[in-house]
Amino acid sequence: MDRPLTQNIRADRDFATLADYRKTGGYEGLRKAVTDLGPKAVQQWVKDAGLRGRGGAGFGTGLKWSLVPIDPAPDHPPYLVVNADEMEPGTFKDRLLLEKDPHQLLEGIAIAAYAIQAQTAYIFLRGEYRLAAERLTRALQEARAAHYVGAHLLDSDFSLDIHLHTSAGRYICGEESALLNALEGKRATPRPKPPFAVVSGLWGRPTVVNNVETICNVPHILRHGADWYKGLGRGADAGTKLFGASGRVKRPGLWELPMGTPIREILEEHAGGMKDGYQLRGFLPGGASTDFLLPEHLDVPMEFDTVAKAGSRMGTGTIIVLDDKTCPVRMVLNLERFFAQESCGWCTPCRDGLPWTVTLLQDIVEGRGRPEDLDTLAGLTRMLGPGNTFCALAPGAMEPLQSALKYFREDFERYIFQNRPLKEAV
Amino acid sequence: MSATEIDEINAELPHYEDKSAVSIEALKIVQKHRGWVSDDSLTAIAEYLKISPAQLEGVATFYNLIYRRPVGNTVIHVCDSVSCWMLGGDRLRDKLCRHLNVKLGETSQDGEYTVLPIVCLGACDRAPVAMVNGELRPDLTDNIVQELLGE
Repeated sequence: MDRPLTQNIRADRDFATLADYRKTGGYEGLRKAVTDLGPKAVQQWVKDAGLRGRGGAGFGTGLKWSLVPIDPAPDHPPYLVVNADEMEPGTFKDRLLLEKDPHQLLEGIAIAAYAIQAQTAYIFLRGEYRLAAERLTRALQEARAAHYVGAHLLDSDFSLDIHLHTSAGRYICGEESALLNALEGKRATPRPKPPFAVVSGLWGRPTVVNNVETICNVPHILRHGADWYKGLGRGADAGTKLFGASGRVKRPGLWELPMGTPIREILEEHAGGMKDGYQLRGFLPGGASTDFLLPEHLDVPMEFDTVAKAGSRMGTGTIIVLDDKTCPVRMVLNLERFFAQESCGWCTPCRDGLPWTVTLLQDIVEGRGRPEDLDTLAGLTRMLGPGNTFCALAPGAMEPLQSALKYFREDFERYIFQNRPLKEAV
Repeated sequence: MSATEIDEINAELPHYEDKSAVSIEALKIVQKHRGWVSDDSLTAIAEYLKISPAQLEGVATFYNLIYRRPVGNTVIHVCDSVSCWMLGGDRLRDKLCRHLNVKLGETSQDGEYTVLPIVCLGACDRAPVAMVNGELRPDLTDNIVQELLGE
């Protein structure tokens, strides 16, 4: 079984029911956790497995769990929150897991909650994922009835309730601390860090926030062990990952592949290469807030450190392909418009810098660009970069811009000096 | 607020540590029954949750899916993010708007359709996509009018 995350996802059925899920060992990981292992051992298994967060940052999951302060008799136990607010442009991986195999997520939540001794878990789901909400709601009822969720689950001394919160929408809700404010019924502005959520999160309690795909890995680690999990990866990172491709490729889609699968294999074998009549010009490896890479980077393995070394980030692992007939300057303008609109407005560099970025890019594509605008844009990528803002929204927004200025400078200059795109946009 | 709305809000209360946390759920519940959140509704919710109307207004205007103005019976959200844009989403959206004789954010004259932009809907492998009253409509083509309005 080399595709644990998607083993229950089949073309001949809408989604995996509880019975389907049980047939492939479903909820056996939870049983093992609460009857044989204990919370600390579960943390250790996940640490040993080398699971890294699949939301984009790649933080060690077991390590994150172990940062929750140990309090043997807490007044208020910690919280577990599952980040199901998938809104990064170009990213469509969690939707599959949520819609097609909801019990996999619920088992993962129960195990993760047990590991940090949380008695309440929230699934923070983006409001637009209506089908996912319906299926999760039904799956939760089934899991409660079957005693996988609720008081003294599986006859253990551990009790857990899981609540589904459907969001009212805003990209910033995917940022961990903004998400917690949204759950508290406030505007989703990020919180200053430290303190980090694992120490003081939801209503001031220690809170672990994990991405959907991260949590979906957990049941399999418990069922088959850390060594098995590590063996799934092809390089330094452990496990498998949902990789995707969108844009002008022959077969846009999503595939579960080993960590460390070369980008070329994803784009050429799985996505079928470029559509007829189009050439690959570049790509964003993991969502809107990652740096462009070029065809020369096709042999880079998709894992956290190798993509970073190539000058970008693996991010969410869903590749956005730039073809030779799409103007990179206009593409960046589309991306920056998104970030400017979705800025929560809490801190100045982001609130003012992103609209300024949009204005400059718009001037350039509309023939009002000046040569010094390129320096101003480069200055903005530094001013809005890491360390100057409360959260990663603005630094993320600068990644496609700074790499476009580096790799597609000619395109910018053609607009400024000759008032036309390098190639006519289609 | 109606008795049903209050019952639905009360059902959410035990899931959160304090009453004000239910504000987003409450806005969504009222909107589900009335189509949008009027000033009167906003004040009623704020009173019920014991928070100031100003605070609730700040919340209501922050989130994309809370409407502070009336919308049509059918709300069409058209994705304007990168993958849909690359595959002609903007052109299709303009075509739809021309057909309905609306600008983004407006409601057609018969009160039936409101067209709104929305960020990435997480279906980029089926771009361009839109959402009609919450239901995903992928793989849009030049027949967008027929595909979304069934005309």
